[in-house]
Amino acid sequence: MNELFNLNLLFSTIRLATPLILAALGGMFSERSGVINIALEGLMLAGAFTAASITYYAGSPWVGLFAAILAGACIAMIHAVVCIRYKADQVVSGTAINILLTGAPALLSGAFFLSSGSTPQVPEQHLIPYTPIVIAFALVPLTWYVLNRTPFGLRLRAVGENPEAADAAGVSVNRMRYTAVLLSGALAGIGGAYLSIGQSSLFTRNMTSGRGFIALAALIFGKWRPVQTMLACLLFGFTEAIAIQLQGVRFGGEEIPNQFIQIIPYVLTIVVLAGFIGQSRAPRALGIPYQKER
Amino acid sequence: MLELREITKRFGDVLANDHINIRVEPGTIHAIVGENGAGKSTAMRIAYGFYTADSGEIIVDGEPRRIETPHDAIALGIGMVHQHFMLVDTMSVAENIVLGAEPGSAASIDLRKAAQEIRALSDEFRLSVDPNALVQDLSVGQQQRVELLKALYRHARLLILDEPTAVLTPQEVEEFFAILRRMREQGKTVIIITHKLSEVLAISDDVTVMRDGRVVGRLKTAETDAAELARMMVGRDVLLRVEKPDARPGGAVLSVKGLSVTAGGERGVRDVSFDVRAGEIVGVAGVEGNGQTELIEALAGLVTPSQMGGAVELGGRDITRASARERYELGIAHVPEDRHRRGLLLDFDLAENSILGVHYRKPAVSFGPLLDLAGIRDRALEIIRDFDVRPANPDLPARALSGGNQQKLIIGREFELRPKLLLVSQPTRGVDIGAIEFIHRKLVRLRDEGCAILLVSAELEEVTSLADRLLVIYHGRIVGEVDPKRTSQEEIGLMMTGGRKGNAE
Repeated sequence: MNELFNLNLLFSTIRLATPLILAALGGMFSERSGVINIALEGLMLAGAFTAASITYYAGSPWVGLFAAILAGACIAMIHAVVCIRYKADQVVSGTAINILLTGAPALLSGAFFLSSGSTPQVPEQHLIPYTPIVIAFALVPLTWYVLNRTPFGLRLRAVGENPEAADAAGVSVNRMRYTAVLLSGALAGIGGAYLSIGQSSLFTRNMTSGRGFIALAALIFGKWRPVQTMLACLLFGFTEAIAIQLQGVRFGGEEIPNQFIQIIPYVLTIVVLAGFIGQSRAPRALGIPYQKER
Repeated sequence: MLELREITKRFGDVLANDHINIRVEPGTIHAIVGENGAGKSTAMRIAYGFYTADSGEIIVDGEPRRIETPHDAIALGIGMVHQHFMLVDTMSVAENIVLGAEPGSAASIDLRKAAQEIRALSDEFRLSVDPNALVQDLSVGQQQRVELLKALYRHARLLILDEPTAVLTPQEVEEFFAILRRMREQGKTVIIITHKLSEVLAISDDVTVMRDGRVVGRLKTAETDAAELARMMVGRDVLLRVEKPDARPGGAVLSVKGLSVTAGGERGVRDVSFDVRAGEIVGVAGVEGNGQTELIEALAGLVTPSQMGGAVELGGRDITRASARERYELGIAHVPEDRHRRGLLLDFDLAENSILGVHYRKPAVSFGPLLDLAGIRDRALEIIRDFDVRPANPDLPARALSGGNQQKLIIGREFELRPKLLLVSQPTRGVDIGAIEFIHRKLVRLRDEGCAILLVSAELEEVTSLADRLLVIYHGRIVGEVDPKRTSQEEIGLMMTGGRKGNAE
């Protein structure tokens, strides 16, 4: 068992936690402002697809990454308008976006690349395997600082806890929420880009495989706080890394079926959420559209 | 300082403000009185930019101004403290105060500077607020002072206070009024919205009286009295004192023996014994948070038996461990202190609310497991008629009613049970004076029909005028029993704060 816990496992954990951290920090902005964002999965998919396609065409991962940020923000804008302007149910809106983004990339890649399964391979010199990791881990203290030390963060938290109070103090609730949801789209977009042009070299159908939801679980497990959320993401990344290492490992002469190993991160997600969700207090106005009296 | 001219505001079919004119002189405390729904809060919310008026003018310091958002109002030196505090519980006092007007740069709030300024303001008006405390750890009175600081921090010269005393204990009200007087001395102007006449007389220089969306008069406080103000507010003569014949008590209905309640932690009830006899009202006087809530909830069966000690008997029968439903069936009715938390389902209609407590039996259920909708409606209509609930429409959600009418519905529902014992807590909190008179008369009549009533109220005047016997509670103990007719308010007030023991039982 000893060779299991080696440096490799540590790197693997960090790599696997990176997209989770990016998406979870994005979700944090949105949710601390009071808008539920279960669309993280869809936003990551948008980022992943856009990054792979644009990098392929432009021949530059930086253009691809920038496009992924824009794509995430654009899709998040839909969520923002539906939830803030039209005060629709935020879970329903998020779900709709997730469903849209399971189909849209296949349709688009069918149209552009004549293959609905995946985008063309991006050459290796155009991949960015390390930059998103640096961005993700640098964003953790930065997010903490923004939330706790800047006027923007104070207003954001106030809007998520008690929008009436923020309004009475002259803070525009809707403007804060739009900004927050757009930021969440941008960050989830980077997370998605890392999947397609960092860890891999092309976009494949549904390549996020639930990472948006795991990021959301990490956000809740981390009590909507940056450092704790990062730790939660590392935990989930670690289980995924373990799952990968365990593949092909023999246990008492029998090989452990792959399916059992692959479910580990998901089972952990459920266990963690069932066990900890009650102890973690969500922003008080989370999920409630702000209705200004007139 | 501030003048509203011919302001009109309509919400759907309701004319909330009908060409109202209010003028407030600088450096004065101006009271705006009226019953709930008279349009006082609407007018002030217009002045603060929460609502925009349909027509009319707002004049600040002699000049017509447009006030479309709270931001505009703040810029003109107008601050408002809302009835429901506009505070973020999870943030610190300083963070709440600077929110929206943060000192420092966009990259960093200068909280140290903010804390200094807040301390200076707090000292100037003797508010004793710690800028670093979390709002959720503060008492209601302290939270209110944070709201005041919020306005002062933004250099408000005019403070609008919406029902500021509704949440305060009598002691806190005194302190609060002292603060307001200090503000007046410093040149601030204060508008206080209230429906408590004693407060108008105690604190204000001028009064504007509103009724049904109109201004019906403006008076100098020194030249008026409670009876005149009440008549203007309600539109008819109002009995401000309770008239009741002497009680003719029968045998003990409720016997409480050495009751202790540990729920509520520090507060709770400690070794309390008393009886309530048929045909009498026993009042419990005390500063809020001295165990009244726990006492009533324990008697109503809302406290887990493991958190109680001692014994409770109803008509000689031990009910210490009986559930809330069993108690209802034995003839205990309960008018809870917080009608929104325990008394009503706000989104349910009046008919549905009228059967809470009997929802499992007649008249709510008459055939197998099915609700008897016609029976429920009839019962609701009966309560609405007998207790003058307005609007008289059983299909309206409880939320649509004013506080007074919600309370009348609850009282009607509990009275309909023909209880042997009524537990009633804060029966007239947030209720108009017209409805207060009505509720007091109903309570006296129920007593005269032979019901035993245990009454808890934070309004000392209410308990002393209604109760036949008065128990004073302090730190969970009954520190004395007095005859309310022969004891002065000051004496009772002193006992309530642990000052002196009365003739203990």
